[in-house]
Amino acid sequence: MSRLAKQIGLPRLPAVLSPVRRFRALDFPLRAPSTPRGVAPLPAVRRTGVDYDTEWARRKPARMVRAAIIEGPMRFAVSGLAAPDRRGQDRLLGLEGPIIFAANHHSHLDTPLLLTSIPAPWRHKVVVAAASDYFFGTRVTGTLSSLVIGAIPIERTKVERRSANTAAELIDEGWSLLIFPEGGRSPDGWGQTFRGGAAYLAAKTGVPVVPIHLEGTGRILRKGRSLPRPSTTSVTFGRPLKPTDDENAVRFGARIEREVAALADEASSDWYRARLRAHAGTSPGLTGPETGRWRRAWALGDRARGAKRRTRNWPDI
Amino acid sequence: MASDPRRKAPRPGFVLDVDRSTPPILFHHGDNFRLEKLPADRSRVIYPAEPLPGLPDPEESIYQALINPIDDDPLPSLMKPGMKLTIAFDDLSLPLPKMRKPDIRQRIIEQVLDIAAAAGVDDVHLIAALALHRRMTEAELRHCLGDRIYDAFAPQDALYNHDAEDPDGMVELGTTRHDELVTMNKRAAESDLLVYVNLNIVSMDGGWKSTATGLSGYSGIKHHHNVATMRESKSFMDRHSSELHHSNWRQGEVIKNHGPRVFQIETTINNNTFGYDGPLSVLQKREWEWTARDRATFMGMKKGLDLMPTSARRKIFNGWEAPYELTSVQAGNVDSVHEVTLEHCFKQHLVPVEGQTDVLTFGLPYICPYNVNSVMNPLLVMCLGLGYFFNMYRGKPLVREGGVLIMSHPTPWEFHPVHHPSYIDFFEQLLAETTDPLELEKKYEKQFAEDEWYIHLYRNSYAYHGVHPFYMWYWGAHALQWLGRVIIVGGDQRAVRRLGFQPASTMQDALEMASDVVGPRPSITHLHNPPILMADVT
Repeated sequence: MSRLAKQIGLPRLPAVLSPVRRFRALDFPLRAPSTPRGVAPLPAVRRTGVDYDTEWARRKPARMVRAAIIEGPMRFAVSGLAAPDRRGQDRLLGLEGPIIFAANHHSHLDTPLLLTSIPAPWRHKVVVAAASDYFFGTRVTGTLSSLVIGAIPIERTKVERRSANTAAELIDEGWSLLIFPEGGRSPDGWGQTFRGGAAYLAAKTGVPVVPIHLEGTGRILRKGRSLPRPSTTSVTFGRPLKPTDDENAVRFGARIEREVAALADEASSDWYRARLRAHAGTSPGLTGPETGRWRRAWALGDRARGAKRRTRNWPDI
Repeated sequence: MASDPRRKAPRPGFVLDVDRSTPPILFHHGDNFRLEKLPADRSRVIYPAEPLPGLPDPEESIYQALINPIDDDPLPSLMKPGMKLTIAFDDLSLPLPKMRKPDIRQRIIEQVLDIAAAAGVDDVHLIAALALHRRMTEAELRHCLGDRIYDAFAPQDALYNHDAEDPDGMVELGTTRHDELVTMNKRAAESDLLVYVNLNIVSMDGGWKSTATGLSGYSGIKHHHNVATMRESKSFMDRHSSELHHSNWRQGEVIKNHGPRVFQIETTINNNTFGYDGPLSVLQKREWEWTARDRATFMGMKKGLDLMPTSARRKIFNGWEAPYELTSVQAGNVDSVHEVTLEHCFKQHLVPVEGQTDVLTFGLPYICPYNVNSVMNPLLVMCLGLGYFFNMYRGKPLVREGGVLIMSHPTPWEFHPVHHPSYIDFFEQLLAETTDPLELEKKYEKQFAEDEWYIHLYRNSYAYHGVHPFYMWYWGAHALQWLGRVIIVGGDQRAVRRLGFQPASTMQDALEMASDVVGPRPSITHLHNPPILMADVT
């Protein structure tokens, strides 16, 4: 083509730059300035972990998308995988304003299960306290976590006042908080000692804590497993708790743990026997016996009520 | 909702004098409605009070009632390890319609049980105090008490229906000074503490009637559920003028002296039967305040109900759960507690009315205490109209002696075969012979009460006791004696005549028929009920 243009005497067209070259050819202020030599550059702004800004995920468009996800695919998946038996929602009757929901934690399924179980006034205005190192490790996971479950990053490996302050501000703005006080999923099926976050926030903001016990999610997708196996679950909501005048955050945290343990007892026996044991201080603990690993695993079998096991007839007849 | 002015400042009930500008008045008509134009200048309509505000924190109010009881020790101090505790509660005949979950009984019993658990009480039984009513099904018990209580007690046979015909399950506590036998459920009688959880929807409920009737059997109940007592109860909604209650209180004395220690918990609810919003809210409004939306809702609902088969209408109405709110809860000594309860009850229900009327009208709704999840048969129509609605007075009856009662109800010749077997025989055989309550009582009551098959159905199926239809008839005995004529508008003619009443196709026909008895241009009073009201007639 260029030879033909030469033969017929057409003038030569200027070369067209590729988009990349064009971008590189731009100069300041269309392009970021370079740092002069001899000047210390500013430290890079971190946009992951606790520094991820989730404010956009609490604006109306994101909330609408989240509501659609929760009520649509999430609810469908949860009922298919977990067949939840939800109890005790009537204990929330009459409550107004934000609530801190504190639940035990076995599985990644816990959050979707709770987001589809928390009653309607709170369900669509709740943020989930999520581990900043895990859920906000990259911008992509952070964006997805904030959009889909309304996660906010919480530092769990070191004492960080910033996370707590953010959570407290959101509660003051009317957002409820879903928190797993154990700080992570159960490694062996038994619970872990509750940390003081929920109690501290309740004391700081004056909102009630609703203890929740989840049972069965570990059977579906326990820590370390990547594919879920459908089973049955139960979600038991407890009575709202507030710290008493003579109760500091540590004591209140311990009471929240005891209440969740009592709910676990209620889910595995019956309400009245659970109350008898709770008042006598003999509710079975969440953390299991302090014995060797195999004995802990052995004891776990007692609590797995309703676990479905596949039976196979042999020989086939 | 919280800012709704009707909630903040409910208006009291009142009497409207009908004039030419008064719109047609709403009449309940079973599982449907009628709008009737009442004659101007000689008719009046009594409207119920708007719902009183509910207690802001029911849980806290219940707790305070239990730890600060009236003329009794705090409940926690009555609980001891090793004791025998029985909690009895009102059956599904209260409230009407059933209330939205959680039912008040669940809220109270959970707190009572929590106190018992704190004291380490292991031996706890829960009994539905249903006297001679039908047994409650599992679903009904779960509705009243919640799943937590049901799952904790029912599997161990510690939650069950009272069985007044269990030969090993009843005891005699003694007799009153009027020689009335007092019988009681054995487990309740032998308990160290009997906690009774009551729900007062009308002033007839509660007090010693709860235990003396609810946990009793035929041999005890027959002393006050009879024609003579009912005729002397003027009215049985006014405890201090009711022979029914005097008898129950005498039996209460015997229970006090020879029975278990009773800790009574009584509650009252407001008039929020149909809610402030929703499809039925229009039924709670005064006709001239119906908005365009209310009118459209009513017309749509009425048209839909007209087109529906009876079963569909029944299903819809039986599914309605009223958003009642707790207006008071008090606990402790039976007599003292009940007086406070009555005050709260009257505060919601009483409407001052001057003078009696020649003709009393009302529309009967789809439900009465004995057809929850069931069929409103003709006997229940009679009982609701001549028993309950007629007796909604204090002082003197709304209608003058010899006056006419006009009720609106379809009165189908239809019975629930499981719930009301003895009603069928009573209606088809006995009423064909006589409608005189005294004669029925004298000739047939004992036979029905002791019929083995009815007893079997009462104990093992879900049937009302064999004697129950007699009580329905006695319930209206005072009205039958008082009234000159009873007319049912829009009812099945055969069924209405079998009841001994007169059928009329329209309200105009009924008013003309009434003039044969009370003369031309009679005064007319319409009781705009439900929501519930009680006329304080002076």
